[in-house]
Amino acid sequence: MIIQKQKSLEEILKSLEGVQKVFLAGCADCATACKVGGTEELVEMKARLEAAGKTVTGTAVFDTACQQGAVRMKARENEAALAAADDIVCFACGTGSQTLQETLEKRTHPGAESMFVGQVHRLGKYSEKCATCGKCVLDRYEGICPVTRCAKGLLNGPCGGYKNGKCEVDPEKDCAWVLIYKEMEKRGKLDKMRKFEPAKDQSARHTPRAYVWPKRTPPPSQGAKS
Amino acid sequence: MSKLQQSLDAGHFTFTGEVGPPKGVDLTHVIEGAEAMKDKVAAINVTDIQTAVMRLGSLAVSAKLVERGMEPVFQMVCRDRNRLALQSDLLSAAVFGIENVLSITGDHIVKGDHREAKPVYDLDSVQLLKAMTTLEGGADMGKDFKGRPNKLEGAPKFFKGCVVTPCADFVEPQILKLEKKVAAGAQFCQTQAVYDPAAFETFMNEVRRRNITIPIMVGIVVVKGLGMAKYMNENVPGVVVPEAMMKELSETPKESAKAKAVEISARLIRAMKPMCQGAHIMPLGWDSLVPKIVDASA
Ligand code: SF4
Ligand code: SF4
Repeated sequence: MIIQKQKSLEEILKSLEGVQKVFLAGCADCATACKVGGTEELVEMKARLEAAGKTVTGTAVFDTACQQGAVRMKARENEAALAAADDIVCFACGTGSQTLQETLEKRTHPGAESMFVGQVHRLGKYSEKCATCGKCVLDRYEGICPVTRCAKGLLNGPCGGYKNGKCEVDPEKDCAWVLIYKEMEKRGKLDKMRKFEPAKDQSARHTPRAYVWPKRTPPPSQGAKS
Repeated sequence: MSKLQQSLDAGHFTFTGEVGPPKGVDLTHVIEGAEAMKDKVAAINVTDIQTAVMRLGSLAVSAKLVERGMEPVFQMVCRDRNRLALQSDLLSAAVFGIENVLSITGDHIVKGDHREAKPVYDLDSVQLLKAMTTLEGGADMGKDFKGRPNKLEGAPKFFKGCVVTPCADFVEPQILKLEKKVAAGAQFCQTQAVYDPAAFETFMNEVRRRNITIPIMVGIVVVKGLGMAKYMNENVPGVVVPEAMMKELSETPKESAKAKAVEISARLIRAMKPMCQGAHIMPLGWDSLVPKIVDASA
């Protein structure tokens, strides 16, 4: 999911300079799971913004703020409150914020930081495993992603910076290459370590990315071609 | 052919030195340092934005050395440039008359003085070596619209180097990667600092058992004192200053620090000379010691 944290009240108020009436939007998906934009958080944020002198015309937790259909539906239920507001503050990811602004044609301020696509170990503990590079190479590394989990994204083996299995960048984090090596060794796949891996095709990461099905159904697997 | 390559090819035990470009445009010290060591070494490495601390570029200083009749080893880290800039700088190096190039991953940005910068690492050190080999073959890494390699108007020629950390606490992946570097075109190797000849011997035996035959130059980082040794032990992965040497340093008065640095460096080189093909001396600013170390290690 998209791992997030709330922005500070000061930052939100700075963004809202000159704006009096706001509508608070949350999201039932990632933002709720990260305790950033669920029902509870919106109630609390409403009180804090009102204490800071703002008028909150309404709140709503969207069923995924990044989905235009769901946004339209929820907006219909909150038509009056939305119309009464000057702007929206979105307590969900940056895609959610922009989806709301674009779909509802109302200036939307970010209420959260979108940090990464991450794994949830438990509530409050998240880590990044995939940088959505668009060309997955997990098959070549025994299921451990060097693109994301090696701080330098090295594809042909480790740098000289690991110590006790930890990365030079942060002694709290495992060196991905020590993990990959040990996994390959365990599975008798060390030969894979010897294979030259060419420079990554970074074109699949050129932003802004978009993906459109040619028809209204998912395209067949393109595995045969590549 | 570069002097460095000739010397290694001829089977001579070969020395290289190292200078670090300044933060700024005053070349006085870096040129002085290079001048001080030039007669005793085959070539002088020029570090590339070392430890991610912003400085004058390795390419510019390497070119300045060539201009003054000295031979540089142009170090290239993968941290700051994408494949377009790396290949372009390689071509630039060639037109400046720079032949020796060294492919390095590069310390992460968190180690330096611009910690908010974006790390690049578009290529890794193995892919960079491969890129050098490709350029030498008259093409670049790109493709034209028909999927054919782009042809160069004049191909460069390099003497391509790589690095390895022989005293890493888990050395096997280092050796495997060294094999890949050689396969990608590496012709010589300079190692991370070694202070323990016994550990280096184990490493070299393994290297030779794997039929890695490129010349290996052992890395000698000049120890300036106990503080630096402690710092390296705690903070530099793959660098281990043994207990006995720590004791020796603790008993060295400040005024004899330079003499001690020469003594230790020369002793290490003498001990490891039979195991490898040369020594890469990194004086970290104590550049005038390099000739003394070379003489004392004879
Ligand atoms: S290679 Fe890594 S970053 Fe790319 S898609 Fe696979 S897991 Fe994600
Ligand atoms: S220490 Fe390991 S994880 Fe960290 S940058 Fe080096 S190879 Fe990558």
